[in-house]
Amino acid sequence: MTLRVESSAEYPIVREADVIDVRRRVRKLAQERGFDTFATAALTTGASELARNAWVHGGGGEARVEEVADGLRRGVRLTFRDRGPGIADIERVLAGGFSTIRSLGLGLSGTRRLVDEFEIDSSPGRGTVVVVTKWTRF
Amino acid sequence: MRGAIPILRVGPNLLTTVHVELDDNIADAFQQDVLQAIERTGAKGLVIDISSLDEVDTYVARVLADTGRMAGLMGARTVLVGMRPEVAATLVRMGYAMEGVETALDVDDGIALLAVRRSVAGAKDTA
Repeated sequence: MTLRVESSAEYPIVREADVIDVRRRVRKLAQERGFDTFATAALTTGASELARNAWVHGGGGEARVEEVADGLRRGVRLTFRDRGPGIADIERVLAGGFSTIRSLGLGLSGTRRLVDEFEIDSSPGRGTVVVVTKWTRF
Repeated sequence: MRGAIPILRVGPNLLTTVHVELDDNIADAFQQDVLQAIERTGAKGLVIDISSLDEVDTYVARVLADTGRMAGLMGARTVLVGMRPEVAATLVRMGYAMEGVETALDVDDGIALLAVRRSVAGAKDTA
């Protein structure tokens, strides 16, 4: 199946208020897309984690919010891109283990459990891109 | 931002309902308001009602747990009440452990739990 993108919008994340704004927009889209309340909370919480990471650890960036479809499946894909220092050891961060970046790790590892597809691309000096997709169910 | 989240005195406890989305400024002000209210009133219990929060991410969860721990250092016990089903499911799925704060279904149960804890503590004191 090929993924169809049915709508796409981009939002900046430069202030803390933008984190809340992105979260609200994702919640509204998930509801319109037919997500139940549990799936809506899961996707919205994931969006909140990733937006906050971009703002706190990434020095800001942007969020792309897309309605996607794959055959009969309907979902939402979120892309968060920041201009931060990047992550040298992604596996270690995803394990959520060590203290200086514990909040970063918790947000990333927790979000990975809330969505259906999770991709992260990061290396020192290049910033971080996280792409998540969730289909219409918890 | 001080006073953005009202704190009410209910008997020996303080009751507060988080009805706005927390950001750093509101969170800091809320924690300061709670701690000063405990000092001013001598409250032994704090009930934080989160029934109007549709989602709680790890940031908000940490703010709430930290608030409970701060209140605990001043001798007030905190009960978090009104967590919505979607929020409970999401936090557990994320692997987030809400450490250091007790929870109850709603405000009534939270107040009842605090009363039980106080009577147990009182029994120990007089024993």
